[in-house]
Amino acid sequence: MASGITILDPTNESKPATRQVLERPASVKGLTVGLLDISKPRGNVFLNRIEELLTERGAKVLRYSKPTFTKPAPVDLRQEIATQCNLVIEALAD
Amino acid sequence: MSSVPPVLPDGFVVIVKRECATCQMVEPVLQAIEKGATPLTVYTQDDPTFPASVSAIHDSDLAVSWHNDIDTVPTLIKVVNGKEVERTFGWLASDWQRITDMPLLGADLPAMRPGCGSMSVDPDIVDKLRAKFTDSPVIARTVEFSEAEDEFEAMYARGWTDGFPVIPPTRERVLRMLTGTTRHPQDVIAIAPPDLVELTVEKIAINAVMAGCLPEYMPWVIAALEAVCNDEFNMHGVLATTMPVGPVIICNGPGTRAIGMNSGINAFGQGNRANNTIGRAVQLTIRNVGGGRPGEVDRATHGNPGKISFCFAEDEVGSPFTSLATERGVPLGQNAVTVFAGEGPRCVVDQLARTPEELTNSFVACLQTVHHPKLVIGFDAILTISPDHGRVYAEAGWSREKLIAELTERSLTPGAELVRGAQEMAEGIPPHLRDATLPKFRAGGILLTYAGGGAGLFSSIVAGWANGAIGSDPVTRVVGS
Repeated sequence: MASGITILDPTNESKPATRQVLERPASVKGLTVGLLDISKPRGNVFLNRIEELLTERGAKVLRYSKPTFTKPAPVDLRQEIATQCNLVIEALAD
Repeated sequence: MSSVPPVLPDGFVVIVKRECATCQMVEPVLQAIEKGATPLTVYTQDDPTFPASVSAIHDSDLAVSWHNDIDTVPTLIKVVNGKEVERTFGWLASDWQRITDMPLLGADLPAMRPGCGSMSVDPDIVDKLRAKFTDSPVIARTVEFSEAEDEFEAMYARGWTDGFPVIPPTRERVLRMLTGTTRHPQDVIAIAPPDLVELTVEKIAINAVMAGCLPEYMPWVIAALEAVCNDEFNMHGVLATTMPVGPVIICNGPGTRAIGMNSGINAFGQGNRANNTIGRAVQLTIRNVGGGRPGEVDRATHGNPGKISFCFAEDEVGSPFTSLATERGVPLGQNAVTVFAGEGPRCVVDQLARTPEELTNSFVACLQTVHHPKLVIGFDAILTISPDHGRVYAEAGWSREKLIAELTERSLTPGAELVRGAQEMAEGIPPHLRDATLPKFRAGGILLTYAGGGAGLFSSIVAGWANGAIGSDPVTRVVGS
């Protein structure tokens, strides 16, 4: 078939491999769960209650917070969470 | 796609085309040269049978003409040991006689007759030749649409547009866009958020073509992208915020006039190519290279139409104030862009003030409403003063510094009126500031600019996003080449 117009790709040409979602754990018992507060007002209220519920179920909870909700989490923080936790919950609040 | 430049044969080389009357006139001259001792090679651009009386090679793909920078026909070149040593173009008898060492050459012709444009610089085909013959380091992946596809629909369907049609970025068009900058196509200008990918001049050029830019806008688009892609401006946050802001681009310097930017009637509006396509190119680049798309990382509750493009020039010639760029440290006479995370413009009407004090009070009253009358310090704003309003300050001799100081002073408000719950409004500043007296803006938080048409006692306010380290600071960059 005769071809049409050829153009140059305006995108960043990244083809991210499809990410596989981790299998849901049957229980949080004995797992380390990171709670990331993005530093929006009252996010801590929500996360405090989540911490209570997780602790009741036998999880170890570690708390983290981003310096500001307006910017992505710093690389070091992401690295810290990834190495210390099995699971992470990120809170948005207002 | 490139080709090896053809080597010119030793002797005399002449490039002609039949369509050119001067080329036809010099045909007897070519016959005379051919009879001489030095070999003659004639290249003909259009008609292989021309000139009939001299043997000629058809430069059918214009490779010889392109690689030898032929602008005009006829062109006579003297080649010794494979190297050009001399050339002349058009018919100038004295030049032809000297180069050929034939003092009587064309003695019966007029002394001088201008030549014609070479086919290799014909505006209709020069872009194709550049794409074909330039060993260009353009490396972007190509995308081929099928014949059955409408390219405009196809580009929209791929998510590459802002909702309006874009110009298809063909190789020819991108190479032409790249002629607008001295930067190498693979120079990395910035790391583009939100995907944090290397942003090259080539990718900017592709998106600038799509936006409808002319090549001479490229340095401005590049500078604006340098200005938004850094931690100070925080383009990622400007995208991600639910507030209705996008990069507002303020251009300064003599170059704004050279590229025909609008700082006058309807300066913020439609109709001017440079204003509208520079801003659009920045947004398309962030969208396509950075990956910042509404509904994905862009979470704006309402957004604003300026997120398609919001770019204007200051009227530095008419302004009674020093320019924004000068205020921000750019040497006089240099071109610069300042980017500001702003929402759409709103009008300040005051048709009755005749003194600078009265007018300033009106500005303060309107500026107090930026985002909320009880929220202070946390947001910056652009104040764009029109010529009719500017005249009030010019006649009173108020400088930029004086006006900013008066705006600040007159905006001072007791904390008791601003704290949460005051005036029966829950919104407000924290209670511990009850006893403070606060201006509306932080130091440097008013970006005073001057633009607009010559009639209208109106000025304009563009409110910003959260300022400082938690949000975005205005950024100024000098425009390069």
